[in-house]
Amino acid sequence: MNAREKEAYLREYSILKSQGKPFFPYSVAKDGLMAVVVMASIIGMSLLFGAELGPKADPTTTTYTPRPEWYFFFLFEVLRVIKPPSLTPLASIGVPTICMILLFLLPFYDRGPERRPERRPIAMAAGLFTIAAMAFLTYEGAIAGSPNQVDMEAPAAVAAAGGETLRQWESGKQVVAQSGCLACHKIGHNGGVLGPDLTEIGSAASRASLARVLVNPTQPMPEYSALSESKRDDLVEFLAQLKTGSH
Amino acid sequence: MANLRPPLPRALRPKPKGPSEDNGHAPTGAREAVAEKGISAVDWVDERTSLSGGARWLMFRKIPRGTNWFYTLGSATLFAFLAQAVTGVILAMYYDPSATRAYESVRYITNEVFLGEFVRGMHKWGSTVMVILVFLHMGRTFFYGAYKYPRELNWVIGVVLLLLTLFMSFTGYLLPFDQRSFWATTVGVAINGTGPLVGPYLNDFLRAGPEFGTTTLARFYALHMLVLPGAIAAMIGAHLYLVARLGTTAPPWIKTDIDPELRKEDA
Ligand code: HEC
Ligand code: HEM
Repeated sequence: MNAREKEAYLREYSILKSQGKPFFPYSVAKDGLMAVVVMASIIGMSLLFGAELGPKADPTTTTYTPRPEWYFFFLFEVLRVIKPPSLTPLASIGVPTICMILLFLLPFYDRGPERRPERRPIAMAAGLFTIAAMAFLTYEGAIAGSPNQVDMEAPAAVAAAGGETLRQWESGKQVVAQSGCLACHKIGHNGGVLGPDLTEIGSAASRASLARVLVNPTQPMPEYSALSESKRDDLVEFLAQLKTGSH
Repeated sequence: MANLRPPLPRALRPKPKGPSEDNGHAPTGAREAVAEKGISAVDWVDERTSLSGGARWLMFRKIPRGTNWFYTLGSATLFAFLAQAVTGVILAMYYDPSATRAYESVRYITNEVFLGEFVRGMHKWGSTVMVILVFLHMGRTFFYGAYKYPRELNWVIGVVLLLLTLFMSFTGYLLPFDQRSFWATTVGVAINGTGPLVGPYLNDFLRAGPEFGTTTLARFYALHMLVLPGAIAAMIGAHLYLVARLGTTAPPWIKTDIDPELRKEDA
């Protein structure tokens, strides 16, 4: 807006304002009614849904999968869709930071004098696109299913061996699902991208080093030394079978 | 601006003396006596603070023609914040921010305290309501072009309020210290840590040490109880001052009906 347009706006505005009604009591009455609606919704939701309290926090047995409040789903979903771990910093901090900077600076790059929505096609398109994208990501995040689930058939070699090998494999898969590894690791199609992809970890690491990671991991991975001996063995066995080309 | 100020409401205008009223006589009825006392108390405060001018400026400023219900979203957000403050204070009377006892104290609130679960529920769902209202209010100002001259600064303050609100929700989520909140926050903090440059520092700051535990909880509690609400309150103050100072926008499609001939003149 140049100086003339500013002047014109201020003049137009002061006329509209002088034709209006005083804040008290007209706006105050509307605001008050709205406050009643807000209060009623909060009370209604509290009565309907209550406030559940899950089991006590336990840093050792992570049978729980991180679920943020639903309005953060879109952030977690951005993390899930940007897959390569090298891009994770971009997804987690980069994209939100850029969006935030764009939001902050909005009045400084959108400076045209026009305010009517139908005459601001670019701004409207960008705004509607943002809303649609956030709604879509939130929805995706909501239906992403229980994140502690590994959809993976036993590799041919394990299935063929049967017996104890197969039992250990299935049991190890169970332990992975219960321990919340998928919050940070990807195995097959499931899981997050905070930690390295474990789909082919069996080709990259020995059983001994896998066992070592579980007891003595690098932050932010929690330690799993509290797992029972047999569970840990099953888990390591399961991971060791995740070989390149085995599935 | 002086000519834009509306006249005093009739009730506050000085009454001319009626012919039957004697000078210096005390008012007769009990109601008049009470009214007189009230007025003199207000006068007493006003004489020492000059508040009435500001109050009149705030309450009797004109709101432009054509404003609609979408303009109540801002004050609805403010109301949701106040409701959070009240329920939050009640919860704080029972909550204990130590890693060993936080969970027990929340369980106590939920199961034992009279109406405890109700108040916890109000605080929990109130946070959802407030977040939704902030976004709706932001959408309103965006689609109405209310962030344009001269209200740019109010938009910037608004974005700060949005961030503070989301951060409030993030810090509050840990406090019950159940499995869900613990792991969601562990991962949330770790995600911060993957960020470029400041990531690791932010991570250390939030965790308050290399491990996630008592110190983390204490830090989140202090942020959630003191720092963030204080910052939000201060920012709302600035936000509302600017709203009153600059006036709310009229909806963009409302135009003055000035004679088109006059319009031509200044074009
Ligand atoms: C809070 C997130 C998180 C959880 C939960 C988690 N991890 Fe990790 N894990 C990581 C990160 C991050 C790394 C990489 C650490 C590093 O930089 O060395 C890692 C590394 C590993 C590695 C070594 C990978 C390699 O390429 O060397 C293995 C194996 C592993 N995790 C297995 C598991 C298993 C099994 C579980 C579940 C029992 C699990 N993790 C749970 C975050 C996590
Ligand atoms: C805690 C959060 C917030 C509170 C309590 C709040 C409160 C208010 C109130 C009461 C008004 C005046 C009435 C109205 O227009 O609705 C207002 C106006 C405004 N707000 Fe907010 N707000 C908040 C967050 C935001 C956010 C996130 C933004 C945008 C990023 C924003 C931008 C604006 C703008 C630009 C105006 C001027 C609107 C106009 O003049 O038409 N606010 N705010």
